[in-house]
This record gives sequence, C-alpha cells and structure tokens, in this order.
Amino acid sequence: MAVAAGLVGSFALMRRMSLAADAMSHVALPGIGIALILHVSPLAGGLTMLLIGALLIFLIERRTRIATETVVGVLFSVALAVGSLLASGEDLIEALLGGAGSLSAAEAGAGIAAAAAVIAFVLRARHSLIVSLVSPEIALTSGIRVARLDLYFLLAFALTVGLGLRYLGVLLMGSLIIIPAAVARRLARNLNGMLAGSVAVAVLSTGAGTYAATLAGRQSGPFIVMIAGGLFVLSLLRRAPD
Amino acid sequence: MDNVLEVEGLTVRLGTSDVIRDLSFSMPRASSLAVLGPNGAGKTVLLRTLIGALPPSSGTIRWAPGTRFGYLPQKLDIERNLPISGWDLLLAKAALTSAVDSDVSRALSDVSLPEDVLAQPVGTLAGGQFQRLLIAFALLGHPTVLLLDEPAAGIDAPGQTQLAELVRRLQTAAGVSVVLVSHDLSVVYRYADRVLCLGRTQACFGPPDVALTPETLDAIYGTPVAFHRHDESLH
Repeated sequence: MAVAAGLVGSFALMRRMSLAADAMSHVALPGIGIALILHVSPLAGGLTMLLIGALLIFLIERRTRIATETVVGVLFSVALAVGSLLASGEDLIEALLGGAGSLSAAEAGAGIAAAAAVIAFVLRARHSLIVSLVSPEIALTSGIRVARLDLYFLLAFALTVGLGLRYLGVLLMGSLIIIPAAVARRLARNLNGMLAGSVAVAVLSTGAGTYAATLAGRQSGPFIVMIAGGLFVLSLLRRAPD
Repeated sequence: MDNVLEVEGLTVRLGTSDVIRDLSFSMPRASSLAVLGPNGAGKTVLLRTLIGALPPSSGTIRWAPGTRFGYLPQKLDIERNLPISGWDLLLAKAALTSAVDSDVSRALSDVSLPEDVLAQPVGTLAGGQFQRLLIAFALLGHPTVLLLDEPAAGIDAPGQTQLAELVRRLQTAAGVSVVLVSHDLSVVYRYADRVLCLGRTQACFGPPDVALTPETLDAIYGTPVAFHRHDESLH
C-alpha cells in the first residue's frame, strides 16, 4: 500500500493534483456511510464511491474543461456533507481517522492485489505519464491516448486512496499519497530519484508509524502521517536542486 | 493518396467565435508548408487541430495512412523544480516509439545538444536548450510529418541556420513533410515550398513567390509590411 501511494503520489504531485489527492479521499465517506447502513464492508463501500468519484471527475472535467482541482473540490464538499449525514459517532471517527482493527484475510488479499495492480500500472505507464504531464499535445502526437491515460491514472489514484482507508482513514490517506512525493520532489533531480525517494519515504513512514502506534496502543494513521510530515520538515533543511 | 494532408472546409470555433473559417488546402508528401499570419490569426489553433488536440467545428482533415507526427509546441511552461531530466523525456519517447540508442544519439547530434545538459531537470534548462531538446524529442520515432510551431524561438542565430538546414535535410533525404509556423519571412522564402496565410481578412495559399505579394502581406497583417527579399545566391 505504501509503495503504491509513493508511486501514485509522485505523479499526482507532478500533475499538480496535490490538493485533489487530499480532497479525493473524502469522496469515500458517503460510500462508507451507505455500507454501514447496509451492514456490508465499509472498505468496499468507500472504494466503490471512490471509483464512481473518479469517473465523475473524469467526465465532468472532459465535458466542461474545468480544472481537476475545482471538480474534486466541489465533489469533495458534497461528499463530506452527504457522508456526515449517513455515518455518525464512532463509525464516523473510524471512517475519518482509520480503525485499529485487524484486516480480514479477504480484505488483506484484495488489498495486496489492488496495490500490485496500481504499482504495475504506474511503472508500465511511467513514460506516457511523464510525456503527458510535460505536454498533452506532445503526448498525443507520440501515440499516447491521453484521455484514456488520464482516466486510468484517476482510477489508480482512487484505488490507492481506497487501499489506505481502513488503515489511515478518509482524512489522512491523502497525506500518505502527497507528503512522501513532496519530500522526494525536494531532493530528486530526475524521475527515478523522485519515484525511489517517494516510495522510500512512504514505506519508512508507514513502517515506523505502525510500530510507534503499536507501542503507544493508539491508531496508526496519525503516527504515519506525523512521521511523513517530520521527514518533510527535514527535507526543507536541504536546499532545493538548482 | 499522393498528398500527406488534405484539409477541406475546416472551421474551428473557440467559444463563440470562429478562429479558422472554411479553410481548404493540401500538402504533397515531402513538401514544406509555412503557416503565416499575425498574432491571434489561428496559426497555433490550426496546428493543434491538425494533430487532433482540438475538434474541428466542421470540415475534414485527412492525413495519409501511416502518418507519424513529430510536434514542437510553441511554448511550454515547465516548473523549475519538476524532477524530470532531459534524459527522462528522451528515453520516454524512445520507449514509446521503440527507438534505439543510436536514434537518440543521432537526434541529439542533429540539434547539437551536449549530453551533460540532459542530466539537468528540464525546468532549469535555458530557453534555447529546452527548444533543442523538444526538437530532438520530435525527431525520435522517425516521424513522417514534422509540425513545428515557432521552432526558432529562443535559439541563437547559428542554431537557427542549423535548424533550418536540418529541416531541409530531413525533407529531402528522409522524405519528411514539414508544417512550419514562423514569423520570419526570410525563413518562409528560403525553406517553404508553399505558404498558407491566415489573416484578418483573407487567407492565401500557394508557393511563396506567388502567394506572398506585398499586397497580400498588407492584407494579412492589416498594416504595410516592409520586407526585402534576400537573394538566395548570396547565402
């Protein structure tokens, strides 16, 4: 999950989707609320809503040519309003900040498969992704199907957010996607440096945060994000590449 | 299809106004077409429509089957701290077009770009270096058509001559067709077989000698254009 977050986050940041990443995770909230009412897996509910959200963002963006951040911003506010009505009390806190409970075997298996799919997609599509972020028109003339690539990236992004919902919750998962990429961006001079750095920070934060949370007997989400945030502060000490 | 490109009755509407209206022209294979006109005449819009980035409101654009594009956009805003190096970009294009190492080396020598420049993040390159990088990028993958939007922008004088020679060589040796947007009338006269004028009042099309009369230029730009045509033999 951390590797997928590091890779997707790198491209999300370079595509200027950093705010969208944070807002996007909130789109899961109504899905979690509906799943709780129907007594089905909240993870499945959140993930379904995220994928629907990604499709909506893609369609609205293409039809109206409004920037991704604006569309996500509107969708996020509405989702948060609907979600807060549907979920309440303990459930809401768990959805927002992640739960402490352990994953079922089915959930863990599905999570690993989804993470592997996201990682394979990003590594395979990395050439197309960097060309299209430099110029969608150059990408078009290089034989890249830009619209399809944008849709796949949004879906991979939604899937990555979904992966962390149970662990970090709606409020914090966006941070695990963006902060490691932000650290790597300050230090890297090329794509491989960016991807490797982002994955390293995401894995380190997740591992150390989970360990610290276990010692403290608290939820892991806040620890993971605090460690990632600490690494970002450390990265500020180093001058950005010229 | 003897022509590499056939455009008929092309109209492109942006917002509420027609930027291009009822435009028709064709391009034989291995020819070069210069697109000329004042700012806002729709030159870049035409190029973007030709590559499929903008939908035509009406009319047809037909490229010869098997056409491969090399496109150089007019201006790109790249963030200075974007962690993508010149190598990342070139190797991405090489991977996408199955180009081999020797193709990359050749493209770099064609545009005289030293390899050490490629290690730098693209946002930190000087304007001319970045332009050369994008031209090398466009050359990878053996394009059959080059679409160059102000290719000489930011490139020093010797570089501009070298670029014009490169375009001419690709056209004659490799049979590449070239669509070129340029404000430089001397470049148009020296390197274009045909010229297409997009203007405020009328569009012209034909060989530069025939199409570009002082009267036509005045009509396109809406103001008298002073231009002394250099004698080719002096160069």
